Amino acid sequence: MDSFTTLDGLVAPLDRANVDTDAIIPKQFLKSIKRSGFGPNAFDEWRYLDHGEPGMDNSKRPLNPDFVLNQPRYQGASVLLARENFGCGSSREHAPWALLDYGFHAIIAPSFADIFFNNCFKNGILPIRLEASIVDKLFDEVAANEGYRLAVDLEKQTVTTPSGESFAFDVDAHRKYCLLNGFDDIGLTLQQVDKIKAFEGRHRIKQPWLFN
Amino acid sequence: MTAKTLYDKLWESHVVHEESDGTALIYIDRHLVHEVTSPQAFEGLKLAGRRPWRVGSILAVPDHNVPTTDRSQGIADPISRLQVETLDNNCAEFGVTEFKMNDLRQGIVHVIGPEQGATLPGMTVVCGDSHTSTHGAFAALAHGIGTSEVEHVLATQCLVAKKSKAMQVKVEGALQKGVTAKDIALAVIGKIGTAGGTGYAIEFAGSAIRALSMEGRMTLCNMAIEAGARAGMVAVDDTTIDYLKGRPYSPRAEQWENAVAYWRTLKSDDGASFDAVVELDAADIQPQVTWGTSPEMVVGVNGRVPDLAQARNEVQRGDWERAYAYMGLQANTAIEDIAIDKVFIGSCTNSRIEDLRAAASIAKGKRVAANVKLAMVVPGSGLVKAQAEKEGLDKIFKDAGFEWREPGCSMCLAMNADRLEPGERCAATSNRNFEGRQGQGGRTHLVSPEMAAAAAIAGHFVDVRNYQ
Repeated sequence: MDSFTTLDGLVAPLDRANVDTDAIIPKQFLKSIKRSGFGPNAFDEWRYLDHGEPGMDNSKRPLNPDFVLNQPRYQGASVLLARENFGCGSSREHAPWALLDYGFHAIIAPSFADIFFNNCFKNGILPIRLEASIVDKLFDEVAANEGYRLAVDLEKQTVTTPSGESFAFDVDAHRKYCLLNGFDDIGLTLQQVDKIKAFEGRHRIKQPWLFN
Repeated sequence: MTAKTLYDKLWESHVVHEESDGTALIYIDRHLVHEVTSPQAFEGLKLAGRRPWRVGSILAVPDHNVPTTDRSQGIADPISRLQVETLDNNCAEFGVTEFKMNDLRQGIVHVIGPEQGATLPGMTVVCGDSHTSTHGAFAALAHGIGTSEVEHVLATQCLVAKKSKAMQVKVEGALQKGVTAKDIALAVIGKIGTAGGTGYAIEFAGSAIRALSMEGRMTLCNMAIEAGARAGMVAVDDTTIDYLKGRPYSPRAEQWENAVAYWRTLKSDDGASFDAVVELDAADIQPQVTWGTSPEMVVGVNGRVPDLAQARNEVQRGDWERAYAYMGLQANTAIEDIAIDKVFIGSCTNSRIEDLRAAASIAKGKRVAANVKLAMVVPGSGLVKAQAEKEGLDKIFKDAGFEWREPGCSMCLAMNADRLEPGERCAATSNRNFEGRQGQGGRTHLVSPEMAAAAAIAGHFVDVRNYQ
């Protein structure tokens, strides 16, 4: 996993609540057995005017000019500004894979769905929860200022606007540590092998039917 | 000793290690696997030169991509076929038990786990699928995980997690005739919203919950995730134990007695405190119908599509306007005036034998309305299908004009060939009415099996309580 330390990125706004993982990456693309290549199909049903299927040449498909991410001013965005309950629905990790492949490294919203939130950290994406009133303000500033960027600093846990206004955000110590260093959990967990084996031994004695 | 919630008990009995910030390593008892969210996890395992920690904890089944029509020629779509073959190969390579596509026991992963007794009280159960919350019906701590976590559990038998807050959803009293667990689930989501349970594990309690069958409890816990809660659960009682006795993976003989004695402790203690409590009166719950593109956009069958004036803020107004447009509906349209094109009875929410019996009781001796292009019944597993056929339910459905299919996820998410065409409107017993969920441009209304069957016969939504 790539580490995440700081990011100074162009912001793209997605002004709707409850954006679900079916919208982020529609089911037909979940048939892939790979982890990569989902970016061109991120938000597929909103982004293109035709029906997308795996294997199509996405560069030749008609874009929906009304979809916000298709606007020229948001090309190259790496910070996604969203509304409440972002990433609800299915547990598909293809959703953060698609967002990352598209180019988003940080997502700011008032709230996220639990499984999606968790999946982001496993892939080097930083999901940032900010107060709804702050998110409202950021939506206004993005709309008013073409080329609007935000600076994210994970170590300091801050989001800073071009005018220098700074907002603090919370992040779990463990997740922060993994993300700053690009560590994946498996390696860390396997440092606890003895504890797992000891637990398993006790568990087997208490509930032997779990090990039939 | 302080009174503990069921969730406290399940959590505490699985903590391997806990760090100072509350991040814990949780031991996993049962790992259910399907073809969509596992290939990259197995690949990661292999690339790292690792093997599954405890292969006996894993049960695998293909369900999302399988055809629900004749399977003798295999899967026509080469991409779907490759995904199912990849699961077959991974299971063969690592010695994982798999119920393959043509095994009688094959079915939707959240149907077959309980059906086999592979889901037991007191377990931690995970699967790369958000509807893993279903298994909480057995007083298990069960929730969906991402593919990275699937690999993590394969490699370490553990999950890195933080304890959630606890919410109690208490439903007291008796449900009206024709009102089901599905309606309770939708009514709860209507009340607290699709993010209402975010950060919580929900325990469903109260006399109306205790009166539910295991099938009903599974339907309810299945939809905890639609309320934002990763896990839903119900305490153990006689209903739980009676359901489990004699199932293939259930303990036997002396082990059974010991297990039952332990399972009886799996309930919240008197006086246990919850971080949030939501109460509903069972008698107030109407048959529910979703009108929009989120499960929280739901009203009683006698209700109407809400008016923008009822929206709580600007963001919700925007969501509703988009939902009206997507669903092809106008504010204040009576739900019973909405005509449908297709009917889907199935999914991990409502494809168990009790669901099929309930739908068949409505369809018996009737005919699907002329305006309904397709009404399909997709049993949750091969064993559910066989039981239904033994009871003659297949004949009731076929005589009424329903199609009787092979088991799988089918048109809940349309990864196989079963899907809605753009603009088609469907009464579905599944769990998500998101845009495009059942096919691009498809319009989904979530209902109970009884309500779906009644809508199929009438050609539009009707109040099943008045149904003759």
